[in-house]
Amino acid sequence: MMDTRLNIFCGHYGSGKTEVALNYAIKLAKQGKKVTIADMDIVNPYFRTADAEKILNEYGIELIASEFANSNLDMPTVPHELKKVFCDKDRTIIFDVGGDDDGAYVLGQYYSYFKDEEYSMTLVVSTKRPMTQTVEDLYEMARNIEYASRLKFTDIANNTNVGSLTDEDTLMSDYDVISGLSKKLNIPVTRQCGVPKALQKLGEEFNKFPMQIYIKMPWEG
Amino acid sequence: MSEKVLMKGNEAIGEAAIRSGCRHFFGYPITPQTELSAYMAKKMPKIGGVFLQAESEVAAINMVYGAAGAGARVMTSSSSPGISLKAEGISYIAGADLPCVIVDIVRGGPGLGGIQPAQSDYFQATKGGGHGDYHLIVFAPNSVQEIVSLTADAFNKADEYRVPVMILGDGTLGQMMEPVDFDSVPEAINTDKDWATVGTGLKREHNIINSLYLSPEELEKTIIERQNRYNIIMENEQRYEAHDIEDADIIVTAYGTTSRVVESAVKTVRAEGLKVGVIRPITLWPFPTKIFKEAAKTAKAFLSVEMSMGQMVEDVKLAVEGQAPVHFFGRTGGVIPTPQEVADEIRKIAGGLK
Repeated sequence: MMDTRLNIFCGHYGSGKTEVALNYAIKLAKQGKKVTIADMDIVNPYFRTADAEKILNEYGIELIASEFANSNLDMPTVPHELKKVFCDKDRTIIFDVGGDDDGAYVLGQYYSYFKDEEYSMTLVVSTKRPMTQTVEDLYEMARNIEYASRLKFTDIANNTNVGSLTDEDTLMSDYDVISGLSKKLNIPVTRQCGVPKALQKLGEEFNKFPMQIYIKMPWEG
Repeated sequence: MSEKVLMKGNEAIGEAAIRSGCRHFFGYPITPQTELSAYMAKKMPKIGGVFLQAESEVAAINMVYGAAGAGARVMTSSSSPGISLKAEGISYIAGADLPCVIVDIVRGGPGLGGIQPAQSDYFQATKGGGHGDYHLIVFAPNSVQEIVSLTADAFNKADEYRVPVMILGDGTLGQMMEPVDFDSVPEAINTDKDWATVGTGLKREHNIINSLYLSPEELEKTIIERQNRYNIIMENEQRYEAHDIEDADIIVTAYGTTSRVVESAVKTVRAEGLKVGVIRPITLWPFPTKIFKEAAKTAKAFLSVEMSMGQMVEDVKLAVEGQAPVHFFGRTGGVIPTPQEVADEIRKIAGGLK
């Protein structure tokens, strides 16, 4: 995992980008960093970073989200205040980007900033999602996202999961696909994501990234 | 795909439809249903199917009319305002006795309303929407796994009875992700579609797909014949899930996403000692009246919880036939009731019983 100021999370719809991004933001905040999380999802109408506003407030994490996030207006806009994150160099920024290349196009307009500052762009992968289950499909998706965003992936987060039914077998079930993708893209797997219980039985050779699930369903109190 | 994958409700409808032999999809994007169209757009070309984004909802439903007339397993999907636009075509399809599957992932209304989840199109789905004496079979799943089995059933029931079938979800069901497998997808039934317009081969008379009848007597005859089929559906196709109704003082009823909230609330109040049972309608038409009549013999009160101002509650009242008071609690406009609110409502009713 690189220690960069600008941290982008991209991937397929439903690969878990938002949860990974939230967990990373909170991890950095706990280390005492000044953290901003930018909800750049222009695709997804529900279940987004802005849902976690309360927990973000608790950790003093600044949230930049479209004023229309979770509203009744279906408006794919980027918050106007987003550009400030490229100027205020004291803060660490987490970009939570919408799914696929459709969601990644939003990054392209900031190319002039990204080209002048080191960034990490993490490909969040779950092989338990339809249409991203083979090295070939994932590779194509990754290249499409890079083309749309005008940026290059720097690393992979393996977030293979089946929601509440995830156990250690799920996490490792398609590891050959993850390794194959890592080789083909020539970038390392820097995070093995999972809830602590599922990660427990994994060996130390994995870069374990313990997660909490912050986005809840309406019936989950 | 025997192992579990994580899917959005919208995607699961698409995959289940494909596995049920649907190779024709005509749609027009609208939040919160668009992932279904997007899934079909990606998958259909790979399997020799047709995905077509029409110029409007009106066009899409009439493409469904055409494909259904040719005997294809065909689907369209939309969300509330889009279903209003499709209403004319749905009535024509019902009037021509054609099978098809229509998905409605409901959002707040009326008008453009909003994009957050709602159940305020219950009336539209179960009592018309379009004009004329017709019904749709309406399935209301409450999980992504149930979406899969009901989508397959929808195609089968459509073919079996030659009626359009609607899958009625709400935005939350369409958008949420749950683990799902496709092991238990009901097999596609094979009906002999000898009425389809697939060419006579010069061996038979033309088949005609039509909903226009020049003589009132002839039109009445087709309507009565169709009604006889509806009566069979009402008798045979009522579906529900129920628990703890035998000794319940209060029966809470809800469908779709709201039923998940209700289950959470009922768990809380049962732990407090309240005798509360649940009936979850799975078919909204035909409404599962039999189980309500049965429960009304012993229950002291009913509560219908909905994301509307009170629509299904009318069918509950009709089914209960005045045997017990029927209460209502709802949030609307894209607001989901919380388990706490529902639990409070149950406690309030329980307090009034003593």
